[in-house]
Amino acid sequence: MADQEKKFSRRDFLKTSGVAAGGIVGGAMFGGVVGSLYSSQDDTQTAEPGTETEGETASSDGEPLDDARTYFSRREDFETLAAATERIYPEDDNGPGAIELGAPYFIDRQCNEFWGRNAREYMMGPFDYTASATHGYQAKITRAEMLLNGVRRMRELSLEDHDDEFYNLDEDTQISILEDFESGDVDVPGAAPGDFFNLLRSMTIQGVYADPVYGGNRDYGGWRMIQFPGPRMGWTNEIESEEFQEIEPEGLRTYQGGGM
Amino acid sequence: MAEELDRVDVVVVGTGWAGGVVSAELAKAGKNVVALEKGEEKVRSDYIGVKDELRFDNRYDIMQNLKGDTVTSRNEIDETALPIRSPQTMQIGIDTGGASVHWAGATYRYWPYEFEMRSQTIERYGEDKIPEDMNLQDWGITYEEMEPYYEQWEYMAGIGGEQDPLAPERNRPWPNPPMKETPSLRLFKDAATNLGLHPYQLAAGNMTENYENPDGEQLNACMYCSYCTRHGCDFDAKSDPIATVIKTANRHDNFELRHKANVRRVLYDEDENMATGVLYVDENTGLEYEQPADVVVLAAFAFANNRLLMLSGIGEQYDPETREGTLGRNFNGQYNHAFHGATGYFENEKFNLYMGAGALGATLSDYAADNFDHTDLDFLGGGAIELRQYGYAAITSSGNLPEGTPSWGREYKDTSLKYAYRTLTIWYTANAMSYWHNYVDLDPTYTDEYGDPLLRVTYKFGDNERNIGEFGIERCTEIMEEMGADIVEPGTMPEEFNHVYTGGHYTGGVVMGDDPETSVVNSYLQMWDVDNLFVVGGSAFPQHGGHHPTPTIGALAYRAAEGILMYMDEEEGQLVQANRKSNLI
Repeated sequence: MADQEKKFSRRDFLKTSGVAAGGIVGGAMFGGVVGSLYSSQDDTQTAEPGTETEGETASSDGEPLDDARTYFSRREDFETLAAATERIYPEDDNGPGAIELGAPYFIDRQCNEFWGRNAREYMMGPFDYTASATHGYQAKITRAEMLLNGVRRMRELSLEDHDDEFYNLDEDTQISILEDFESGDVDVPGAAPGDFFNLLRSMTIQGVYADPVYGGNRDYGGWRMIQFPGPRMGWTNEIESEEFQEIEPEGLRTYQGGGM
Repeated sequence: MAEELDRVDVVVVGTGWAGGVVSAELAKAGKNVVALEKGEEKVRSDYIGVKDELRFDNRYDIMQNLKGDTVTSRNEIDETALPIRSPQTMQIGIDTGGASVHWAGATYRYWPYEFEMRSQTIERYGEDKIPEDMNLQDWGITYEEMEPYYEQWEYMAGIGGEQDPLAPERNRPWPNPPMKETPSLRLFKDAATNLGLHPYQLAAGNMTENYENPDGEQLNACMYCSYCTRHGCDFDAKSDPIATVIKTANRHDNFELRHKANVRRVLYDEDENMATGVLYVDENTGLEYEQPADVVVLAAFAFANNRLLMLSGIGEQYDPETREGTLGRNFNGQYNHAFHGATGYFENEKFNLYMGAGALGATLSDYAADNFDHTDLDFLGGGAIELRQYGYAAITSSGNLPEGTPSWGREYKDTSLKYAYRTLTIWYTANAMSYWHNYVDLDPTYTDEYGDPLLRVTYKFGDNERNIGEFGIERCTEIMEEMGADIVEPGTMPEEFNHVYTGGHYTGGVVMGDDPETSVVNSYLQMWDVDNLFVVGGSAFPQHGGHHPTPTIGALAYRAAEGILMYMDEEEGQLVQANRKSNLI
C-alpha cells in the first residue's frame, strides 16, 4: 500500500472508476475499480510501514482484504455512496477525504451490523414517520434500508436530471443534489425530510474519525488531521500542560496489544 | 406458570447507586438479600482495553437495548404519544451498576432551600411568587437531616473536592483533595473571579488519590484518560457500584445478585396492603420466577420505578384532569431547558481537550438555588455554572463549529479541524420544576415485548424552564466574554421539550414528602400505606434541584436503608407520621 504512487487526483479516480464500472465487466477490472478507489495514498499521507492496517490484512497486491462490500450489493449504489461521502468530507490541503479514509467501507459494514439493522431500537408499531419532527427516529425502515433508499434516489435523480450516474457528475452538481436531500426537498421512501442526509452525514463523519478497527480512519488519517491521539492509559503527566500536545495516534489495536 | 423461589428477607430491584447502597447496607446488617438486575453481568475487565468513542458515545454500548422496552413521549395531555425508538434519543443505564457506571462523577449536594423550596419561597417572597400551574413541594426532609447521608455516600464513593465558598460549611471535609487544574479551568476561574463570582473546583467521583473507603474497598487515582462519561472505568478510578457497594454486598454470603432478571410485577396482597415479592423473567431462558420477600425495594431507574408500580396496580395513578392521585405526579427532569450557556472559539489558544475526566471541571454557585435575590426575577431556583473537561475524542470534537459554518463539505472540514480543540463551552445546570400537566402513566397503544404497556411521559416546559434557561445563557455569556474568546456564541433556548432523553436526569413520579395527598413515599422512601415497599431513586424527587442528581440519589439510598432496617428490626408500620395539608390538594 505504502509504495503505491498516487497517479490521479481523487476526483479523477472517481470519474475513471465510474466510467470503468459502466463499461467493463469481469476479471481484474471488476475487482480493481472500487479497490483502486481506496488504495491510493495521498502524497501527504503515507502509511507507515508495519502499521496494523496493512500486513496481516493486505492481499498480495497490497489491497486490504476487508475492502469488500457486504451490504451494498449493486456496485453503482456503492459508488454513489462513496462519491457522496467524499463531498461531505472532501480531500483537501489538510489531508485525505472520506474515500481514502475508508468511510464508504465503514458505512457498508455498519449497515450489516446492529446499527444498520436497528437491532437496539424499539421497532414495534404502529409507525408513522410523518407524525412528528421532534420524536427522533420514527421510521419503519432500518438505517441500512434508509441509506439504500436514499442512494437509489440519488442515482435516480442524477440520471433523470443530468443523464449520468451521480459519481460521474462534477463536484458542484453533486453538491447541489446533496443539498436537495439535506433540505428535505427530495423525498426518500420511508424517511422523514432530511433524515437520509443526516444519517449519511453522521456515518461519514464517524467513518472518518472512529477507531480504524471499524474500517474507516485509515492509517489514522482522520485522527492526524484533527490531532486526536487515540486511547491511552492516561494523561496524568500532561493534563496540566499549557501547550497543546501533538501526539502520534495509536488505536485500539495498539492499546489492546493484539497478538491473538 | 412462574416457579416460586425460597423466601428472602429483602428483594432489591436494580443495582445502581440506589439498589447498590441498599443492598450493601442490608447485607452488612445480616439480612438475606437478593438483588435483581435486568441487564448483563459486568465486571471491571469488561471495561479494560475498550476505550472506544464510537462504541460507547455513538453506539451507546452500556445503555439499555430498546428493542423490547422504551418510553413514549408527548407534550400535551390531548396528544398521541410516540415511542422513543433509538438510543440516540433515549439513554437509560443498564447492566451491573446501572447508570451509576457511566455517570460523569460531578458531585454536588442540593441546597437547604431546595429541600424546602415551597415553604422557603413563601417565607421570602410570598405565596404569589409560586405560579399557579406549578406543583412546588417540600421534600419532607431538610438539608440538616440529609447532611449525614450525603457524608456517608461521599465517603463511600471517595469524592474529591474543595469547600464551595458559598455552600454551608461541611461537617467533615471531602474525603479526597480536588482534581488537577488545567489551563481551560484556570481561564474560567480567573474570568469568574474578575466578575466578582466565586469559582471553585468541581467535586469529583474521579479519585484524586488512591483511596480505601469505609467498607474497605480500594479505589485508584484517576489518570485523566477521558474515557469516562458514558463509559465504564477500566481502573477502579471512577467511583461506581462495581468498585464499591456491589463489591461490598458480594462479600456477604447472605447477598445474591442475579443478572438478566427482568422484573415485571411487584406481587401485592391487596387485603393485607403488603408487597409479597416480585415476579421476574430470566432473560437467558425466558422462564418466570416469583421471588417472595418480607420487604420489596424498587431501586431501578425513575421510569422503571414508576412503571412497575403502575403495572402492579399499586398506588393511585395521577389524573391531570381531576388532579387526583399521586403516582406519576410531579414527573420532572433536566431536559433541553438545562445545560445551555455560551460557547467560545479561541483563535490563539489550543487546549488539550482530548485529555480529561468525567468530573474534571470548575464551577460556581453564585446563581444556584436561592443564593441570589429572586424578587425581580421571573423564575425560581437556579443552578451551577460549569466548565467541564470531560476529554473529547475525535467524532465529538469535529462538531465544534462557529454558527454559520456548513455541517459538511470543504468549509466544514477546514473549520472543524481548526476549532476541534479551540472551543470551550460553559453551561447552566438549571433546576426543573413540576407542573400539574407533567406526569407519567401507562401508554394506551405501545407495549413491550411481553405485551405490557410502555410508560408514557407527558411533559412540556413551564415558564420557569424558559426563563431560567434564558437567565443562564446571559450569565454564561458574560463569563465567556471575560474569558476572552474571539467568537462568543450565546446558547439558544429551545421553544419546547423535544423528546430527547439523553442526559439521564429524569426524576419524580414516585415523589417523597410529608403529605400522602401530594407524595407517594415518606422521607424514608417507604410507600405510604404499603409499609414493606420502599421506592428508592430519582423517582423520589418532587422537583429537580439545580445540580446533577446522583449524590442526592446516593444519600437518599442510605436514608432508605436506615429506614428499612428500622422497619425490619424495630418498629413495623409507617416510619413517619403523615402530615396532611388539605389546602395543597
